[in-house]
Amino acid sequence: MIDLTKQSGFNLPGRHRAEKRFQWAGRSAIAISLLFLAIMVGTIFRDASGVFRQTQIAVQVDLSADPASVSYGRMVKAGLRGMFPDVTSRRDKKRLYNLVSSEGSFEVARMVTENPDLMGGTQTLWLTASDDLDLYVRGKVDTTLPERQRRISDAEIAWVGELQATGQLRRVINWGFLTGGDSREPELAGILSALVGSAYSLAVCFALSFPIGIGAAIYLEEFAPANRLSDLIEVNINNLAAVPSIVFGLLGLSIFLGYMGLPRSSPLVGGMVLALMTLPTIIIAARAALRAVPPSFKEAALALGASPVQAVFHHVFPVAMPGMLTGAIIGMAQALGETAPLLMIGMVAFIVDIPESILEPATALPVQIFLWADSPERAFTEKTAAAIIVLLIFLITMNLIAILLRRKLETRF
Amino acid sequence: MWLDRVVIAFLTGAAGIAILVTVGIVLSLVFETVQFFGKVPLRDFLFGLEWSPQTALRDDQIGSAGSFGILPLINGTLLISAIAMLVATPLGLTSAVYLSEYSSKRMRGWIKPGLEILAGIPTVVYGFFAALTLAPFIRMTGGQFGLEVASESALAAGIVMGLMIVPLISSLSDDVINSVPQSLRDASMGLGATQSETIRRVVFPAALPGIFGSLLLAASRAIGETMIVLMAAGMAAKLTLNPLDAVTTITVQIVALLTGDQEFDSAKTLSAFALGLFLFIITLCINVVALHIVRKYQEQYD
Repeated sequence: MIDLTKQSGFNLPGRHRAEKRFQWAGRSAIAISLLFLAIMVGTIFRDASGVFRQTQIAVQVDLSADPASVSYGRMVKAGLRGMFPDVTSRRDKKRLYNLVSSEGSFEVARMVTENPDLMGGTQTLWLTASDDLDLYVRGKVDTTLPERQRRISDAEIAWVGELQATGQLRRVINWGFLTGGDSREPELAGILSALVGSAYSLAVCFALSFPIGIGAAIYLEEFAPANRLSDLIEVNINNLAAVPSIVFGLLGLSIFLGYMGLPRSSPLVGGMVLALMTLPTIIIAARAALRAVPPSFKEAALALGASPVQAVFHHVFPVAMPGMLTGAIIGMAQALGETAPLLMIGMVAFIVDIPESILEPATALPVQIFLWADSPERAFTEKTAAAIIVLLIFLITMNLIAILLRRKLETRF
Repeated sequence: MWLDRVVIAFLTGAAGIAILVTVGIVLSLVFETVQFFGKVPLRDFLFGLEWSPQTALRDDQIGSAGSFGILPLINGTLLISAIAMLVATPLGLTSAVYLSEYSSKRMRGWIKPGLEILAGIPTVVYGFFAALTLAPFIRMTGGQFGLEVASESALAAGIVMGLMIVPLISSLSDDVINSVPQSLRDASMGLGATQSETIRRVVFPAALPGIFGSLLLAASRAIGETMIVLMAAGMAAKLTLNPLDAVTTITVQIVALLTGDQEFDSAKTLSAFALGLFLFIITLCINVVALHIVRKYQEQYD
């Protein structure tokens, strides 16, 4: 007789162990994915921590000369020489000038325009320190390395020590990061120009994709005859949802820029490309929202003599609106994070000024992140991380609004 | 009523835009691509082993025409996508199985949104992480084992891309596994199988076509992904299967060819559109097949 319990299939302890292993595999897969998310966000926060404060140096600047004959840059340099009179060699002077940001002269010019009373005497101005000095002050420079291998020399370290001792060095909250435009100098670079560019693009994107998306969804759900054309539209929308984003960029480059001649690098074109990309998302979400409205609403309206259009717009549409809006917000969040198609239409420009209309050259927040991530300076890495945090805050806010809207307005039938 | 007609005309037009966009994509790509093939033979493009699209400074310069062989780019694209799928398939499928078959409703309510955050993070953020954190880490670790790792390795880009598509695979597969009828599970358990045996031998085979479809959609996503590879994978067009080497992809080359100064009618610029058309056709085919499989599968149990 065969003892069935000894057959491999009846090895119960072994099978239960296999069951445990299987469950653990599932748990660890989820744990790995979430751990990766935590590590990624964690490193970004760690990298960004330095950006929220910046170092400034008090420089005695003699503003009595006429700025037409003596540039602000030379005034700042003279001020620095005055603070360290024993610096004489050419090389050391150059290093001395490097303590403040190389765009310090613009800062002085701005201060003077804002407050003309400064002119005519010697003033103590707090100027932004260079990124290397900032990194050193924050302890991010390994001073045990030989002098040649670090970006800050022994002489500069000595000067910083002196400045710290006399209270001519301070750390302040870096509002410039949120209120300034891009700059070649990491210590002065800000994200406002990119944020405004993104806002313009999203506004154009929403203005186009929301009405078109909702219109297409209503047509497909409520009015489309069951024919091949409707099928074709349906298949098209599903496929467009999966077309690589860069292909939309190529479309924008060749049709919007090449054929229609719209201005390159402008939020108008950026928004148009993003609208084409978000259209499928909005249509799919809006259709789901329309489908969730019980047919009895429409039928009741029709029975009371409303035309099909009246029935849909007066009775189905308002009920489906929250769901449609939720889909639109999620689509906008996608558009906000999109980078590749914007590269294609030239929104990779170096933009210092805040764009004032949708026709001016602009960049967008994710493109700014891409540009900064490519810059070799360590301080730009920190800026990149900080810009990512700003982007993530916007995305989280948009998604939260979508979720809350859905919870608040959703009625189940 | 005339107003009704106007409204319906507007709605029809809005729906028609979906077709218009597809037509626009195809036309814009085909138009430029045809011009490109007027300068470079199709055979050289599809079967060429070398990719170096330079524009000549002088006419008599050696290699002034540039070479436009797409094979090194396909090689790089497939290498990175394969690494991504190797990472994402086990992670995505096991988490989908765990979420749909084991986890309590409450836990699922926490984990699913957690995974969806991964899908919602912009790809430029993944690119930043891959280029500045993971790639140096892999290079350092490889160096300790005496391995030569390029500073822009296919591995770093592939791993990060894999984690990016985990939520895509897990949520699609989750739906597929959930639509397997409960009666199949009950029958298997009734015959004495443990839960994991039921999943492996009954639920999984039944869900296989749908799962295959979700994997295809994920692969198409990986092939068309731009920012991660642009930031982490580099520009070197090489025919290699070494994941520690630097490779380039179709999408990276499209960006490289079209950003910066360009003459509009040069073979170099036009080649970007040929690459774009190639990418569009490949991803379209994969998507059509995948959607077809998923739909067929859903009909089976409805």
